[in-house]
Amino acid sequence: MSETREPRRTPRTWRDAQIVQLTLVRFREFLREPEALFWVFIFPVLLTAGLGLAFRSKPVDTATVAVVTADIHAPPHVGELLARSKSVVVRAMTVDSAMEALRTGRVALIAIEDLGGRISYRYDPARDESRTARLIVDDALQHAAGRVEPVATSDDYVTAPGSRYVDFLVPGLLGMNLLGSGVWGLGFAMVDLRRKRLLKRLIATPMSRPQFFASFLISRLVVLSFEVIALVGFGVLVFHVPLRGSLWSLLFIAVFGALSFSGLGLLVGTRAKTVEAVSGLANAIMLPMWVLSGTFFSASHFPDVMQPFVRALPLTAVNDALRANMLQGASLGAVMPQLGVIAFWVVACYAVALKLFRWR
Amino acid sequence: MQAAVHKSAALVVRGLRKSYGDVVAVDGLDLDVGAQECFGLLGPNGAGKTTTIEICEGLVDRDSGDVEMLGRTWEQDPKALRQRIGISLQETQLSDKLTVRETLALFRSFYEHPHDVSHVLAQVQLEEKANARISTLSGGQKQRLAVACALIGDPELLFLDEPTTGLDPQSRRQMWDVIDKFRASGHSIVLTTHYMDEAERLCDRIAIVDHGRVIARGTPRELIASLGAEQMIEFASEGTAAIDLGELRQLEGIIDARLDAGTYSLQAKELHRAVPALLAYLASRGAPLTELKTHSATLEDVFVSLTGRHLRDE
Repeated sequence: MSETREPRRTPRTWRDAQIVQLTLVRFREFLREPEALFWVFIFPVLLTAGLGLAFRSKPVDTATVAVVTADIHAPPHVGELLARSKSVVVRAMTVDSAMEALRTGRVALIAIEDLGGRISYRYDPARDESRTARLIVDDALQHAAGRVEPVATSDDYVTAPGSRYVDFLVPGLLGMNLLGSGVWGLGFAMVDLRRKRLLKRLIATPMSRPQFFASFLISRLVVLSFEVIALVGFGVLVFHVPLRGSLWSLLFIAVFGALSFSGLGLLVGTRAKTVEAVSGLANAIMLPMWVLSGTFFSASHFPDVMQPFVRALPLTAVNDALRANMLQGASLGAVMPQLGVIAFWVVACYAVALKLFRWR
Repeated sequence: MQAAVHKSAALVVRGLRKSYGDVVAVDGLDLDVGAQECFGLLGPNGAGKTTTIEICEGLVDRDSGDVEMLGRTWEQDPKALRQRIGISLQETQLSDKLTVRETLALFRSFYEHPHDVSHVLAQVQLEEKANARISTLSGGQKQRLAVACALIGDPELLFLDEPTTGLDPQSRRQMWDVIDKFRASGHSIVLTTHYMDEAERLCDRIAIVDHGRVIARGTPRELIASLGAEQMIEFASEGTAAIDLGELRQLEGIIDARLDAGTYSLQAKELHRAVPALLAYLASRGAPLTELKTHSATLEDVFVSLTGRHLRDE
């Protein structure tokens, strides 16, 4: 069979550039992996929805109280008095079921009326909710019984978005999600390529190594934009989480943070040859940061000795910068310390990872 | 060295050595591959074929020795060499989620003067599978795609490491067609194999490799002729104790004799004289035949006569 010596060759277009082809491959692999789509886009939204609902702001100053009357045949005097107050939800119960309700958190306080008409409160003083309920219930009771306030006071409530738990939560979850997709996205992909010996096959071609790594970062940045839109969009639309800073600054912080997390991922994937090894490494890096970096609760809860360490973590810096932007409207200049920490991690991760990287 | 080098050498290897710890993988190996030549490294698993070819491909560092191909060395001009050679490794798993065409488009983008994807697809007979995901391909199709990835850059020198290992007979023949076509286009091929029929069928010249050294080299015909025998006789007998290898070697038309796992192998020059002589000898010793086979001598027999082992021995 005779082949033509010089087959026809199509002129090259921008689509034939290797950075374009390498990046296209990244997108194809990502979009053809339904699990990855779930973890990157759906899971964080579900988590926000779940936590946002669980910790939603309840109407202030209402307390749920179990009322136990010693003489079960007599009409509960205390219950009647308390029912007049809008701040108190009353449940008449027996002692046993009231104790059960207190243990399981369905009521915050038990009010027991003895035969002589005296009231005793039963609650756990370590529970904020119970201490508050004690004050509200007692206040309502004394007021209903005819106490006259010596000083006239009134309440002026401030429930503006920005100070609720969900407002704290959304930037933290965004940071955590960027960390997860960065570390998994790069670490896992590198190990998978190495395990299949595709890395070795690729360096057997004239492929440009910088463009190979660049294709991962480009695809991360594009996917990340959608992650930010999905999560922040959900928070804004459903929970009215504020966006007080500039959106460009927010995107910049997200991109810069994601760059450092991708660097961590590359570091995790420099040498590992099995999926198990990379999973262990990735978890060892991410789990401490989820706890320490102020994702679900403020990092300032940790003792002072730990603070320098906690502040040096990249996720702490990203979370703090995102919160400052979204909740306080801070400019990029105001989050310079955090950006500095992120910059350090970017430089350190890539320098070490590219030095140690194994192609086979 | 062997003088069969054509106008300019595609690959010249001198005194190549490579050890992994205490294990010597390549132990002073020389090769000369001419332009437009299909050259085979034939040897059992673990002979050092893959290490040798991966050093030539610039993927493994050598301990000592020289490698020059297409007039250049890896130290001088790695980028130019990468543009001019095509490589198919053992055991590469291409990404399952991509299609055949997408995979080739990716590899195509790395080269300065590549073929069109459609041209290479035709070369490896995968046009119908162009838009199929790699996960849906058969073993033979995957292997042809791996070779297509090596061909897309329009290489002058093609390295194929065990191109048909694990393939069924039909897939092997399809792969041989692909290799034949590339050779017909006037370029050079270096391939490794532990199938002697593959080496005989595809290669202009062969180096038989064992324990990291070349133990014989030449065209398949030359190597077989070096046995001095054209035919092989194999037999088994109930009366093994009465049979003496030395006496067998003295029989008319027999050049050499060996006993291997209860089966005698004789190298014979003239079958029409050797077989009657053998039968007469066995009759005189009272050793009845239980099995008798003859075949033309192959590269396998060359390897056995050189090493006392079979190619397929693991």
